[in-house]
Amino acid sequence: MTYPEAPPQTITYDTHPAAYKHWRLSFDGQVATLHLDISEDGGIKPGYKLKLNSYDLGVDIELYDALQRIRFEHPEVRSVVVTSGRDRIFCSGANIFMLGLSTHAWKVNFCKFTNETRNGIEDSSRHSGLKFIAACNGTTAGGGYELALACDEIILVDDRSSAVSLPEVPLLGVLPGTGGLTRVTDKRHVRRDHADIFCTLTEGVRAQRAKEWRLIDDYAKPQAFAEKVKQRAEQLAAQSDRPADAAGVALPALKRRIDAAGYHYETVDVLIDRKARRATLTVAAPASAAADSIDGIVAAGAAWWPLLMARELDDAILMLRTNDLEIGTWVLKTRGDAAHVLAADAAMNRHRQHWFVRETIGMLRRTLARLDVTSRTMIALAEGDSCFAGTLAELLLAADRSYMLSLPDDEKSEAGITLSEMNFGSYPMVNGQYRIAARFYGEESPLAAARSAIGKPQGAAAARELGLVTATPDELDWADEIRIVLEERASLSPDALTAMEANLRFGPGETMETRVFGRLSAWQNWIFIRPNAVGETGALKVFGSGNKAKFNWERV
Amino acid sequence: MSIDYSQKIPNNVNLNDNKTLQRALEHWQPEFINWWRDMGPDDSQAFDVYLRTAVSVDPGGWAHFDYVKMPDYRWGIFLNPAEEGRKVNFGAHKGEAAWQEVPGEYRSNLRRLIVTQGDTEPASVEQQRHLGLTCPSLYDMRNLFQVNVEEGRHLWAMVYLLHAYFGRDGREEAEALLERRSGDADNPRILGAFNEATPDWLSFFMFTYFTDRDGKYQLCSLAESGFDPLARTCKFMLTEEAHHMFVGESGVGRVIQRSCEVMNQLKTDDVAKIRAAGAIDLATIQRYLNFHFSVTMDLFGADVSSNAATFYNTGLKGRYEETRQDDDHQLNDASYPVLEVGDGKLLTVQAPYLNALNERLRDDYVRDAIAGIERWNRILQKQGIPFVLAAPHKAFNRKIGPLSAAKISPAGKVLSEAEWTHHHLQWLPSVEDRAFVASLMGRVVEPGKYANWIAPPARGINNQAVDFEYVRFN
Repeated sequence: MTYPEAPPQTITYDTHPAAYKHWRLSFDGQVATLHLDISEDGGIKPGYKLKLNSYDLGVDIELYDALQRIRFEHPEVRSVVVTSGRDRIFCSGANIFMLGLSTHAWKVNFCKFTNETRNGIEDSSRHSGLKFIAACNGTTAGGGYELALACDEIILVDDRSSAVSLPEVPLLGVLPGTGGLTRVTDKRHVRRDHADIFCTLTEGVRAQRAKEWRLIDDYAKPQAFAEKVKQRAEQLAAQSDRPADAAGVALPALKRRIDAAGYHYETVDVLIDRKARRATLTVAAPASAAADSIDGIVAAGAAWWPLLMARELDDAILMLRTNDLEIGTWVLKTRGDAAHVLAADAAMNRHRQHWFVRETIGMLRRTLARLDVTSRTMIALAEGDSCFAGTLAELLLAADRSYMLSLPDDEKSEAGITLSEMNFGSYPMVNGQYRIAARFYGEESPLAAARSAIGKPQGAAAARELGLVTATPDELDWADEIRIVLEERASLSPDALTAMEANLRFGPGETMETRVFGRLSAWQNWIFIRPNAVGETGALKVFGSGNKAKFNWERV
Repeated sequence: MSIDYSQKIPNNVNLNDNKTLQRALEHWQPEFINWWRDMGPDDSQAFDVYLRTAVSVDPGGWAHFDYVKMPDYRWGIFLNPAEEGRKVNFGAHKGEAAWQEVPGEYRSNLRRLIVTQGDTEPASVEQQRHLGLTCPSLYDMRNLFQVNVEEGRHLWAMVYLLHAYFGRDGREEAEALLERRSGDADNPRILGAFNEATPDWLSFFMFTYFTDRDGKYQLCSLAESGFDPLARTCKFMLTEEAHHMFVGESGVGRVIQRSCEVMNQLKTDDVAKIRAAGAIDLATIQRYLNFHFSVTMDLFGADVSSNAATFYNTGLKGRYEETRQDDDHQLNDASYPVLEVGDGKLLTVQAPYLNALNERLRDDYVRDAIAGIERWNRILQKQGIPFVLAAPHKAFNRKIGPLSAAKISPAGKVLSEAEWTHHHLQWLPSVEDRAFVASLMGRVVEPGKYANWIAPPARGINNQAVDFEYVRFN
């Protein structure tokens, strides 16, 4: 056995504001402020100091938690100021020494999570009425500027020395890893020649020119800076429809147990077969009919099944991605009463305008989107008491392949797949398309057929007919068929699979997010393994030592 | 009408033949004069001041002394003569011919070094602009103005490099050097120490002794640069910088001398009695010394620095007396001791030499600074006063780098927050100390007269008498 037990040092994403080492979250009516003040000695792994407000995964885990607190625990917040608690430095980006010490896989997973968190900022701005301002009160470099780029507006202090910069190319021989290049063009429409200069300038661009080039929205002198940020935060808050007088929903720590078998939650269970390099994720339907009225939903709070399940699934995805790199195949299963899932879907759909329901749908949307960009094979199995219905059917649709047990002699005992309104637009992938539409390339006839099946359980034959599942082996074939699929899959090159799956999951049509992930996966990850970056004399390796990188000058 | 800048600006860089530079300076020179009128020495523009002006780089006769109104001072541009066949003497480019143009790949770092150095020059003029109103003598007033105009010239020297070698970026940076203001919260000078006030003459002397000496060490390191025009410029600046440190060392020495005289006259070491007699007690002098020493320590930068490593390895900034060092001048596998706080005490740990170059320069500086403090102690000995001035530990009162997180006594002991709070007023000037020193600052402008808190100098400037009329008011 390669890995007989869970890895000894499991990274978790658990935190809460009182435990933050790097951020301070404060509230003033409708404006929340996130102060970044990174503890140099607070790295999530040993071997580097987080100098100059530079971050590692631990810092971003706190940022992610803080965003969740704002979304759920503080519905009164309408705009969020992201700033630094330090003098003359906003944030200098990802810690370079951490990157230098990290494995390729760690770097990629780190970049993926930071990207998802930044996409999440934009997602909340787009869907939930939360507006973000980067109040760059000092040097804003690399990942620091990328964090600012994820905000709706960027205000830079004009103290004649603070600049925004993306110095990755000239300083490190790599690319900005959290969407810097893409947001500079797609989001901010910086002219490409200006962007070319900007991205090769180690010292960056200061206030006035930065505004001329659209790298920032505005600037202010140090004495006027706080007032300007406050004004803009209040103006942006005025456009929001978040409720002024609602009570928040507290997010308690997840009840998770880790043991040699895997990760266990209330509604999600992860069993890891290390020898087969496979994890089975089983999501449970609500045990009984969940709250239906909005008062009941709010009273249930974090225990409301859609939110509880989303948080647990989200955590399971992150745990597996971070700690179980060789577990290359995820088998997605569900169990329980589909009627309860559909009832929860109906409640979500009915109350979707309510802030808490809206946030919960957002949480589900972002969690499901995490699946799409996960570099693991996903295979959904519908059998036994499974309940791929409504929101849970998204798991089936997210999978690379899906298999459903066919019982020709006893169709009533088939698991059944049921679509709900929630499958038609509520959970777009990062390419902006919802899964069932993307599955059929937007073609009308299969989509209409699927739509007409809303609310009606589909047996194996019907599901195959509708194109919802890949294959429907009967009970004689099932065990062998599934075993062979999984064993064969596990034998293929993990790199080729990652690339192939990403290609096939995201068909025609690009968005800024797909460009961010696509370019990260292709260009950045290519550069990250090239000797020019990570060889003994590569730019990333020699950074900080004073030594010059030695490049192989061939253009590839 | 075109101005002949080659006449107006003494130079040895063939200004006449360089049209680009002419054009740049035509634009910058009036802005500089405006800056000088706004931010130069207060209420002194019409004075005739007995100043030296650099007129050549000939070691035998580089300076000319005469009365001049400061706005008419002939700020010149001088580079030490080129050294035939000069090489890059350290780092990865060691042995290659020294660069006569800025290498493209180092443009940004070189510009940053030059701008950071250049920014200190007008900053100190701004910090000192009110001191003329409280000068202890004409001699001292003249020395202040001499320092000021030469800091102005050093600004010119850096601006020349920016204009001549850095294109549009360089011109913009040259303008920004005139736009930042010392101590302005909205628009500060780049380095912290250059935004502190220089409120009184004891501070001024300490500043010129300690902080201008940092300037000397920075210039010495840049004088080793592989970028030849920078090296030659800095070498000549060092000629002038020596006078600034002389002003500081002799100034503090004369304050000590006077305090000793008062103590001997009154046969007392009682602080209250010494102060009542209008002299500065030695403990206060020690506290000023501690403050300026520690603020200057920070100017050398972080103890372990990747920038320092890059500047050295790429041949931009060497060590003090680089070419006299007996090693490979590349330092790739060498280490150098730096300080860390661990287990409640200061520990010496080995850092990669390239990353520890700030610390190395700081150590060179400390040796030099301590030598001058010993000369002050000889004044005390000669006067029979049993008091010894001492430099604080280099980790004392640091505001940048890892040592800034700890509280460290002048003797180098790591203290608790409570111990620091309890003791720091023994070590650093208090509000009362500063108020007392300020109370002594009355203006003395009669030739040959000196304020009561400072002894006259042993001799005058350029062989003139101590009662020479160094400044004429008009």
